[in-house]
Amino acid sequence: MWLTNSSIGRKVVMSVSGLFLVLFLTFHMCMNLALVFSPEAYNVICGLLGAHWYTLALTAVLAAGFIVHIVYAFWLTIQNRRARGNDRYAVNVRPQGVEWSSQNMLVLGIIVILFLVLHMAQFWFKMQFNEVASSMAGLDGEYLYHDDPHNGASLVITEFKNLWVVVLYLVWLVALWFHLTHGFWSALHTIGFNNNIWFNRWKVIGNVFATVICLGFAFVLIALFLHTNIEGGILGWNAADWLLNK
Amino acid sequence: MEKTIDLTLKVWRQRDRKSKGQFETYNVKGISTDSSFLEMLDVLNEQLINEGKEPVVFDHDCREGICGMCSLYINGHPHGPDSAITTCQLHMRKFKNGDTITIEPWRSAGFPVIRDLMVDRTAYDQIIAAGGYTSINVGGAQDANAVLIPKTDADEAMDSASCIGCGACVAACKNGSAMLFVSAKVSQLALLPQGRIEAARRARAMVAKMDELGFGNCTNTGACAAQCPKSISLSNIARLNREFIKAKLQD
Repeated sequence: MWLTNSSIGRKVVMSVSGLFLVLFLTFHMCMNLALVFSPEAYNVICGLLGAHWYTLALTAVLAAGFIVHIVYAFWLTIQNRRARGNDRYAVNVRPQGVEWSSQNMLVLGIIVILFLVLHMAQFWFKMQFNEVASSMAGLDGEYLYHDDPHNGASLVITEFKNLWVVVLYLVWLVALWFHLTHGFWSALHTIGFNNNIWFNRWKVIGNVFATVICLGFAFVLIALFLHTNIEGGILGWNAADWLLNK
Repeated sequence: MEKTIDLTLKVWRQRDRKSKGQFETYNVKGISTDSSFLEMLDVLNEQLINEGKEPVVFDHDCREGICGMCSLYINGHPHGPDSAITTCQLHMRKFKNGDTITIEPWRSAGFPVIRDLMVDRTAYDQIIAAGGYTSINVGGAQDANAVLIPKTDADEAMDSASCIGCGACVAACKNGSAMLFVSAKVSQLALLPQGRIEAARRARAMVAKMDELGFGNCTNTGACAAQCPKSISLSNIARLNREFIKAKLQD
C-alpha cells in the first residue's frame, strides 16, 4: 500500500489528516465565538452535539484523524533521524528562508497534544464522556462525573475565570500558531497543489488562516476572563448566572 | 596588492566507513584571498605531506562549478556560507584573518563516508538508473520545431536540469531526504513532451529507489533549496508529489 510504504504516500497521509484537523479547528473556533455573545446559544450548539449517534460517529472519525496524524508523525521522525545517520554536524546553521517552525513540527505537535490532554479532562470528560459513561452505567438522569453535562457554557466560563488556565491556553495557542503556519502550506505542497506562483500565496494564506484561528480562540479566552474578573463585566450577559460553585 | 590570511581549520578525519571519525585542528598561513577554498585545502595537503602526515581526502574535479563532485559542509553550510555556488567557486576572501573554519563531510545515512571528507554518492546514480532518462530508439535527427514547447515550460525544464547532483540537498536536510534532487530529475523530463510518455513510470521507479536507499521523508523545511548551489526551486518537489500521486492513483 503506497500510503504506508512510500515516503510520499506517508506524507500524503500526514497532509490529509492535518488538513482534516484544520477543518475541525475552524469549526471549533466558530462555535466558541458564540459563547462570547450568548451562553444560551453556545449551549444550544452543545445540545446539538452532545452524545447523539451522529456526534459519536464524528468523534470517532476525529479521534482517528488525530491518532493517524500523531502515529505518522512519530513514525516519519524516527525514519528521518535514521536517514540522517549517526554522526551529527558539529556546526549547523539554519539557512535564510527556512522557518523555525518547519524544523520543529514534532516538538510543537507534542506541546499541542499535551495541552489537548488537559483540555479533554476539563471539558470533554465532563460532557460527552460523562454522558456516554453514565448511560452505559444505567443511570437515568444522573451523571457519574459532573452534574450537568449539557451546560457547556458554565463549565467553560468557570474554567476561564482562572488566570493560570487562560495563560496555559495562550501558550498552547502560540505553539498551535507555529504548527499551523508551516503545516498549512506544507500540506498543500505535499499533495502537489503548489507551483512557483502559488508558493508565496499559500504561505500568506496559511499565515493569515493560522492567525485568524488562533486570534479567534484567544479572543474568547480573554473576553471570558475579563468578563468574569472585572466588576460588572464587559459582555451583555450576567456572569454570575453561569459561574459554577467549585 | 595581494592580501593573505592565516586560518585555523577544524577538519573531520575518518579512516574509512566503519571507523569512528574525529576533528583534527590545523593551522595554515599566508593563504591568498584570491585563491579558492579547494586551493586552500591543496596548500594544507602540501603542508601535511611535507610534514610526513596523511593528506586530507576530499572530492573535486572540474573546479568550475559544473561537475558536482566537490562537497564539504563548511561552517554549517553545504558548499560554504556563500549562496548559489559550489565549494570550488568559494573564494577565500569570504573569510577573515584568524577565522576558524569547521569542515565536515556530508552527513547522511544515504551518503556514507569513504574517507575524511569524501562520501559515497553512488546512491544518486542508482536513482537515475532507476528511471531518470527517456527510452528513445535513436534514428535520424528530427526537425527541431516538429514538437512545439512553450517557452515557460522549456525554461522551467532547463532550470530543473541545472541540478548537478552534488548532494548538498541531502546534506542540508535535517531528514536526510533526497527529494530536491529526485524532483529536479523528474521535473526536467516531466515538463517536456518527450519525457511525458514515461512520466508515471519514472516517478514511481525513482521514488521507490530513493526510499529503498534509505533517504528520509521530506517535511518541506526548504533547507535544500536554500543551500542548493544551482538554486533548484522547491516547487519541483510539489511537481514530483503530483506526478507520484497521479501515478499511484492510476494503478
